[in-house]
Amino acid sequence: MTLFLENARIIDPEAGTETIGNVILDGGLIAAIGAATAPKGARVIDCGGKCLAPGIVDIGVKIGEPGERHRESFRSAGLAAAAGGVTTIIARPDTNPAIDTPEVLEFVTRRAAEAPVRIHHISALTKGREGREMVEIGFMLDAGAVAFSDVDHVVTDTKVLGRALTYARSLGALVIGHPQDPGLSKGAAVTSGKFASLLGLPGVHPMAERIGLDRDLGMVEMTGVRYHADQITCARALPPLERAKRNGLDVTAGVSIHHLTLNDLDVGDYRSFFKLTPPLRPEEDRLAVVEAVASGLIDIICSMHTPQDEESKRLPFEEAASGAVALETFLPAAMRLYHAGAMDLPGLFRAMALNPAKRLGLPQGRMAEGAPADLVLFDPDAPFMLDRSKLQSKSKNTPFDGQRMEGRVIATFVAGKQVFAMGETQNA
Amino acid sequence: MSFRARHLLGIQHLAPDEIKAVLDLADKYVDLNRRSIKKSDALAGMTQINMFFENSTRTQASFELAGKRLGADVMNMSVAQSSVKKGETLIDTALTLNAMHPDLLVVRHGASGAVNLLAEKVNCAVLNAGDGRHEHPTQALLDALTIRRAKGRIQRLTVAICGDVAHSRVARSNLILLGKMENRVRLVAPPTLMPAGVAEFGCELFDDMRKGLEGADVVMMLRLQKERMDGGFIPSEREYYHRYGLDAEKLSHAKPDAIVMHPGPMNRGVEIDGEIADDINRSVIQEQVEMGVAVRMACMDLLARNLRAERGAKAAGVMV
Repeated sequence: MTLFLENARIIDPEAGTETIGNVILDGGLIAAIGAATAPKGARVIDCGGKCLAPGIVDIGVKIGEPGERHRESFRSAGLAAAAGGVTTIIARPDTNPAIDTPEVLEFVTRRAAEAPVRIHHISALTKGREGREMVEIGFMLDAGAVAFSDVDHVVTDTKVLGRALTYARSLGALVIGHPQDPGLSKGAAVTSGKFASLLGLPGVHPMAERIGLDRDLGMVEMTGVRYHADQITCARALPPLERAKRNGLDVTAGVSIHHLTLNDLDVGDYRSFFKLTPPLRPEEDRLAVVEAVASGLIDIICSMHTPQDEESKRLPFEEAASGAVALETFLPAAMRLYHAGAMDLPGLFRAMALNPAKRLGLPQGRMAEGAPADLVLFDPDAPFMLDRSKLQSKSKNTPFDGQRMEGRVIATFVAGKQVFAMGETQNA
Repeated sequence: MSFRARHLLGIQHLAPDEIKAVLDLADKYVDLNRRSIKKSDALAGMTQINMFFENSTRTQASFELAGKRLGADVMNMSVAQSSVKKGETLIDTALTLNAMHPDLLVVRHGASGAVNLLAEKVNCAVLNAGDGRHEHPTQALLDALTIRRAKGRIQRLTVAICGDVAHSRVARSNLILLGKMENRVRLVAPPTLMPAGVAEFGCELFDDMRKGLEGADVVMMLRLQKERMDGGFIPSEREYYHRYGLDAEKLSHAKPDAIVMHPGPMNRGVEIDGEIADDINRSVIQEQVEMGVAVRMACMDLLARNLRAERGAKAAGVMV
């Protein structure tokens, strides 16, 4: 079916422009931008001057399959993604068992067909994410893995890591690291400092991230592997990142939307929904990282969607599980950066759609004729109060519960088909 | 009545006039406790449950005695050995107890914030008897009462808190209380046992104990946990005693009339010299234990009054 999206504020992250116009979707692709009239037989959707942007490509989404389907299934994650304007999920391998063999990868690929959005998978880098033996990197690539990562399990044995990275480089594979010194960060629940001391919680110094990044960059220099740092969240990790890029290493970096919009004080009175890995940082770090995203030093914004059930969060803070759901709140939260004047909309979608797609070699993330028709229509100014019980995710552990948000997804399209519609705009 | 709190979770949540209200009432209970008939009916008909997820003979005994002297029915749940081992969560334990309609719940737990979490789930007044390395409010209040009775005031004093500040809830509650009452607080600790960012609380930090004690009115020693002595945080017990153990020579740097405090139980010869601890002219360690009972009576009395007022208002259909 051909779709004619008229009167849209078209966000082009590549050109860095916003223009009012019409877009034609046909055959799963963006057929034309700027056409004056609807083709014959096309379904016409009046965008009412709202924003139309490439759908979000989210690197690092935890889905509970296999092993924790009660927390999130491909179906529930897919619905949450569609409602949040995420059209491509890059799923994490920190499942149970880990995604570390072609057989498990085939299983999740099959299961992922339940979701209304596109899903690609990251393979574990080492078997069982145990940091001892590398996975069958070649077979995993053949089975469709888009990257390799042990997620938050840092491979401490640099000999093992060096070999895995060397092998990955020979196949052109992308490796995603978690820059964190495991010694310093062991047992930490929050970032160290005045607030951690006041709450009596074990903290980790942000230096743990810098040391982790320094080590990883050394390994990248040694092996020449393509490397992406999953989350850079503090100011002191920025200079080594900048230096590595300047020296021509094939390095990119991401940051979660939570670290861009919340700080360590949000933990407040031991609110475990704000317990994240790495922990939320002081405001100075948050501001530095926002600036780094705006300048392009940090390339990618991700959700780090991590569903946790109520039982694992209703515990004393130290014992509570880490992580937050974020697929559905990703776009509204990102609008905080827009409204604060920190970033414009093309810039945001460069970090949320174009850059992650480019890094993974996917054709998504572009507002161009011939690009996949994966789009999100949203109103950046629509206010609402977030009610976590209404989230599509099976798990409701969002730090934004009860908060005022601005920015709502009106419709989401994947391969030219509408997969989400909000309220009255449905079938408009 | 100036004490408004519903729970006693930490000194953090108390205003100076509330602290004063506790100390004033506790003074009266000190007198009561020194009589031959030590009985009041302030908590008559009320049920107090002591729930200690971490073992503590002293604090539990103090709370038990305080409740009994006020006429409450006191029950001790040694949760450390019971259902928690069977996998029951903290919240389930709390809900189970709540269904038994206690009025006062005294809780000690090994995790910071655990008592706050529990307080959200129950209808009674909750007293924090120590949570992780967060707060131990009744200890700070009893220390304040001890200081006020020894020094005649709890303002404009120089108080040195010495030892394992990083892992100490006693230190945290004390430095918050002493700060709120406008005292000068010094923290004396080896750098590995000094928590990050505490200078921002308005404390002065010292790693040289002699300098830290210079001119102090009060020297408050902290217990060093055995498991922290070897290699991890400090090189050895004997080096710690040499540099941070309170002996007569180090104490001579404080004011001549400075008092010595310790929350107990003491490691004699580790953080404090036995002779100093027993010196009746300097040490108020035994008074601290006595003040402990009186302060806990005062806290429970005040919380019970607020609880009764709240219930009365609810029965009368008034919003509180």
